[in-house]
Amino acid sequence: MEHAAQVVDPFIFRLSIFVLAVFVGYFVVWSVTPALHTPLMSVTNAISSVIVVGALLAGGVANVSSGSGWARAFGFVALIFACINIFGGFLVTQRMLAMYKKKSK
Amino acid sequence: MSANFSAFLYLVAGVLFILSLRGLSSPASSRQGNLFGMVGMAIAVATTLANHPPADGLAWVLVIVGIAIGAAIGAVIARRVPMTSMPELVAAFHSLVGMAAVLVAAGAFYAPEAFDIGTPGNIHTQSLVEMSLGVAIGALTFTGSVIAFLKLSARMSGSPIILPARHVINVALAVALVACIVGLVVTGSPVFFWLNVILALTLGVLMIIPIGGADMPVVISMLNSYSGWAAAGIGFTLGNSALIITGALVGSSGAILSYIMCHAMNRSFISVILGGFGGETAAAGGGAGGEQKPAKLGSADDAAFIMKNASKVIIVPGYGMAVAQAQHALREMADMLKKEGVEVKYAIHPVAGRMPGHMNVLLAEANVPYDEVFELEDINSEFAQADIAFVIGANDVTNPAAEEDKTSPIYGMPVLQVWKAGTVMFIKRSLASGYAGIDNPLFYRDNTMMLLGDAKKVTENIVKAM
Repeated sequence: MEHAAQVVDPFIFRLSIFVLAVFVGYFVVWSVTPALHTPLMSVTNAISSVIVVGALLAGGVANVSSGSGWARAFGFVALIFACINIFGGFLVTQRMLAMYKKKSK
Repeated sequence: MSANFSAFLYLVAGVLFILSLRGLSSPASSRQGNLFGMVGMAIAVATTLANHPPADGLAWVLVIVGIAIGAAIGAVIARRVPMTSMPELVAAFHSLVGMAAVLVAAGAFYAPEAFDIGTPGNIHTQSLVEMSLGVAIGALTFTGSVIAFLKLSARMSGSPIILPARHVINVALAVALVACIVGLVVTGSPVFFWLNVILALTLGVLMIIPIGGADMPVVISMLNSYSGWAAAGIGFTLGNSALIITGALVGSSGAILSYIMCHAMNRSFISVILGGFGGETAAAGGGAGGEQKPAKLGSADDAAFIMKNASKVIIVPGYGMAVAQAQHALREMADMLKKEGVEVKYAIHPVAGRMPGHMNVLLAEANVPYDEVFELEDINSEFAQADIAFVIGANDVTNPAAEEDKTSPIYGMPVLQVWKAGTVMFIKRSLASGYAGIDNPLFYRDNTMMLLGDAKKVTENIVKAM
């Protein structure tokens, strides 16, 4: 059972996800109609703020040392920034998309 | 919640983000797409809170207060911002993503155990590499976007700021940055971490200041791309698939938009990055020194009369329309024309405005149905059948020199062939040359009528005259 001992580094899995997602992004974004390029930018802004998960981890660490105190502070500010982006980004996109209408007749 | 199940939920969030971009392939499906994005975000946040709940009461308070503050600010901004200011808003949002990436990495650096990447002072080498890349790109995105914001909101001059030996300075900074990353990885010292941040912040400023106002659509797309790569870098550190997928999506989205913008200006990405093009000061040379050619000036009454008797009018909006907030008056004019039985269409050049798709949003805001709005390739052949091309606040994107004059700096750039229409009407503040600083020969042609004045006032006068 020597094969079982060969464990693939999780990094390789992450890299695979990353590379495949770049390709998915490439094809999905080319299919976005040019009329919606501004909402595309605002919605990509909103979704890239999923970095909020990192802010939640840092902001919620157990306060055991001076290092974790700093981590909390950084996490708290990052959380505010990311949430401005999440709410601002999605809501402004929604506001824009609501304006796109077809001819009534 | 088991680690496997939460990893699965992050994957679901990532897929929902893909679907949110996919929805933008048509306005009809776009609203649903945006909803997918919101659901994905909610799943990602809920999963994190369930799997790594804040450690104590105070941490919960911090998290809830932080979300509340951000949500309140974001919601107010989203509601209040005028559509004409979308480019600077997007730039400001990019800067926040960049800064958040830096702060999250700092958090991970000081409390690595919370991120499962080691212990303080003893972080896994691989995590340090990923982290330092995320930090460098994030910091660069932050200052670059701040400069772009200042330029777009006219708080800073749009003309390029050229430092002597700037290429040497930038290369030196980049080398120093790489050295710091190596230093951080080898020693794990906070000194290198912060040096890395400072160098990247400086590089961000220096990279954007030499780029002129006309190239802003490229810059803003490029920063969009960078904010994605920064998020992906942090995603690797956290081992979070939602973040990796999103980073890759946003990174490639911004890269594609930059490519489209460069292509529409017939410029290479490298020459845009090197900067120095599109200074407003360069405009002075054109008309003043050269021979005075006669341009035919018209009045609002003339324009109203001619348009009412036309059968097909194509409207070409540009940045001037956004500045004058003329989109509503323009829609009113188009409605009057449609009542008279005139066919009205809109033609949009990819680089009209200060960001991709800016004109489409402004027209949508003025209730122009999106199926009357056409992209360059779809409408260029129709100008020959149009009686009137009504150019409002656009200039360089209609310049025939791009097709006819091999010596012109914009030669080869795809342009809207408005000159093929029966009559071309230009609403402009003056006969000055455009953003690229190039004279437009169209102003002096026989079938061109210049309507000088503020775009909004002139359009309102035309509406009155009808």
